[in-house]
Amino acid sequence: MITLSPLRWGKPYDSLDFIDVVHFDTGEPMAKIGTVGGGVVTRDLRQAEKARDALLQVSPSELLKMCAKAAELFKSGDLPVGDKVQSVDDFVHQQSASTGLPEHMCRGNMDKNAFVLANMEQILQCLTRGLDLSILSRGFGDEGRGVTVSFQAQTPILGAVLPNNSPGVHTLWLPAIPLQVGLALKPGSQEPWTPYRMISAFIQAGVPAEAFSLYPGGHDTGGALLSKCSRSMIFGSAQTVAQHAGNPRVQAHGPGFSKILIGDDVVDDWELFLDMMVESVLSNSGRSCINCSGIWASRHTREIAAAIAERIGPVDVLPPSDPESKLAAFSNPAMATGTYAMVKQDLAESGVTDLTAKFGEKLIEKKHCAYLRPMVVHADSPDRGVAAKEYMFPFVSVVQCPQAEMLRRIGPTLVGTVITRDQKLIEAAGRCVEIDRLNIGPIATNRLNWLQPHEGNIIDFLFRSRAYQIAEVPVASMA
Amino acid sequence: MSTADLIPADVAQKAVDARAKLDEHTVKTVQWHFDDRTGSPFWLAKKAELKFDPLTEVKCFDDLKKFPLFEDDWLRGGPINRWVPKGHSGKPVYVFETGGTTGTPKSRMVIEDHWKDYELFSETLPDQYFPKGSNWLMLGPSGPRRLRLAIEHLAQFRGGICFCIDLDPRWVIKLIKKGWMEHLEEYKKHCIDQAVTILTSGHDIKCMFATPKLLEGLGEALEARGTSIQEVGITGIFSGGTEFTPQWTRFAVEELLGGPVSEGGVFMTPTYGNTLMGLACGKPISAADGYKISYYAPQPRAVTEVVSFDDDNQVVGYGETGRVKLYTLTDEFFMPGFLERDEGEREAPFDTFPWDGVSGVRPYHKLASGTTVGVY
Repeated sequence: MITLSPLRWGKPYDSLDFIDVVHFDTGEPMAKIGTVGGGVVTRDLRQAEKARDALLQVSPSELLKMCAKAAELFKSGDLPVGDKVQSVDDFVHQQSASTGLPEHMCRGNMDKNAFVLANMEQILQCLTRGLDLSILSRGFGDEGRGVTVSFQAQTPILGAVLPNNSPGVHTLWLPAIPLQVGLALKPGSQEPWTPYRMISAFIQAGVPAEAFSLYPGGHDTGGALLSKCSRSMIFGSAQTVAQHAGNPRVQAHGPGFSKILIGDDVVDDWELFLDMMVESVLSNSGRSCINCSGIWASRHTREIAAAIAERIGPVDVLPPSDPESKLAAFSNPAMATGTYAMVKQDLAESGVTDLTAKFGEKLIEKKHCAYLRPMVVHADSPDRGVAAKEYMFPFVSVVQCPQAEMLRRIGPTLVGTVITRDQKLIEAAGRCVEIDRLNIGPIATNRLNWLQPHEGNIIDFLFRSRAYQIAEVPVASMA
Repeated sequence: MSTADLIPADVAQKAVDARAKLDEHTVKTVQWHFDDRTGSPFWLAKKAELKFDPLTEVKCFDDLKKFPLFEDDWLRGGPINRWVPKGHSGKPVYVFETGGTTGTPKSRMVIEDHWKDYELFSETLPDQYFPKGSNWLMLGPSGPRRLRLAIEHLAQFRGGICFCIDLDPRWVIKLIKKGWMEHLEEYKKHCIDQAVTILTSGHDIKCMFATPKLLEGLGEALEARGTSIQEVGITGIFSGGTEFTPQWTRFAVEELLGGPVSEGGVFMTPTYGNTLMGLACGKPISAADGYKISYYAPQPRAVTEVVSFDDDNQVVGYGETGRVKLYTLTDEFFMPGFLERDEGEREAPFDTFPWDGVSGVRPYHKLASGTTVGVY
């Protein structure tokens, strides 16, 4: 059994407290993670400057080369992880076994993380709009326009309280390293695999180990990270996001409520977009914030819902090693039963119809885990409660809503795909502040262009643009 | 491993003697609480509901298993006087509360038990690190808490004066439940600031009580001011709380308290207790023992057992895991078997405490998700 130890600015720490990582289906322990409390975190964060100092010894261009090498190692190398050497297959099996995510999805998330790392130079160019990274490193410089620009790092390190069940989100903290900002991460208790493997890849690629800390632990540990880091990320529920709203030190990532809006001008041709809609709902087992949870149109909504239901309604539980497996398990069965109870409440409202009812039982309970099979519901109005819901399985509400009301009724929307040729609707969608990432045209909500910012630009989060004036200091004249 | 392998012969004999003393003390305590002249209105009324006569049928400690489990809900609401034994009528009575964040708290009346418990505990404190006559800081909850007065008494009993802070744990629990983490941090700072002020005001404080979280906060605050717990003059700490894990203890010894005592660090002893039972002492901790924390109740006044999850009258084997069951057997309070919200491993007797102990105390796994631990 593999043992993962905390990492304190590059040095492994032999904790005396452990938690077991268990197999989602059998309940058998498969790994041990040493944990630390908030006291260790607090103490270490007092030395956070050293992490940045270590990174500042390496130029941004060197760090970008190391990122590319780390991407390769992450994706295809044998890497020291915990007290073992981990192959790619080991990683995939371990991640699937603890999270319940099918193995091919684990590989997909791995590819996504590796892609972002491999293309970091391009991504940073886009996020900084071509800024020479040495300006971020030095704190000021000249872009060639004869004007001094200054970007001040707001923190020596980025803290992150990582999720248990979403291996795809790790792309968000990766840019910190080439930006010469250290990392203090609290890995999820069921998904420690990506942060541990990624940090190992970075170190093997030559990034100074002192730049990294990994603090597995409980709420106390996460709380210490959030309260002591000047900049941190947290991944959680809508409640978590609300808790940190307005706090400039914390970037909270929660449900996405991503949606597809179909304009009146093209809705009669909705069948052309069926594949794209199915992919948006079903990919990654509907677990991501970028999965589509709502499809809005003024007409044909019942036919759209029925057609999607025909495609995803029959999807059933398959072994995680099966390449056709499309459903992830809930490794905590209570989460599935709780979610299903909420869905049933949604369905009880007049005007809401389950188009997947004919495809059999939705809640599949096993001894140590549970599954929820895909559901497509029709809502005859945006007034129905289900129109604003998102769940952690393939679930979509197809909402009938006049086009003129859509943009003011959709609510927060991380990815908004607007399918139309209507210039007025395109312009209105561009102005709609509820939509974060805007796709114009039939682009699946899960297909992200990593050259564009995601839920806030990390450069703006980690750096502050400010004035920096320089004048020569006159030399006193000799008496 | 057999019991004989675990317990040396001399300790085994001491354990037999301690058990005989416990049996005798049990009978005496039951006679007191169920005698119409000395018992409390609560237990005298309860006697009528029992299917046995405690006055004639309790002849040893094990006979306490004839009683139904003690329900702490009996302690919610009044009148509090129903708990005062008639044999103590007219004496000044304290009331101490637990919980109470929402709804009616559990109340325990006390006359002198908290003094007696802490006088006994005082005997276990090494004078080298808790010098007689030195002053104390109580870095824990204030308000209607047994702990606050008990620590003050401990300090006075040892010839010192106790300084205290204001800390309302009920407000802390509300902050956690509301998710107001910034307020929580500020309140913690407010408490720690009070402690730092006291410690840096020339009161010659050498000893203190602190919960693990507050001790951590204090160490952090002092180090931010360029000093440390050791440098402000603290030589001995006793600390308590279920979050007292071996890892935390190691962290405290290695990183907060200046290293092991043998290398000049501050002495720290863990304790386990509550308002119902009193205070269980910790076996001395060491790196060699993996910073294992084992607690021993102050027998015969209180007893801890580790019982099977399936049968609360069945003690588990040494080293095995079970639920912590508490008994309080004083002339002020009678608690014949209460299932605590904790679990742990049964520990063998040793020379200092020749009776069963419990180690690895943590929230009972079936209740853990609903428990807010580490409040202050």
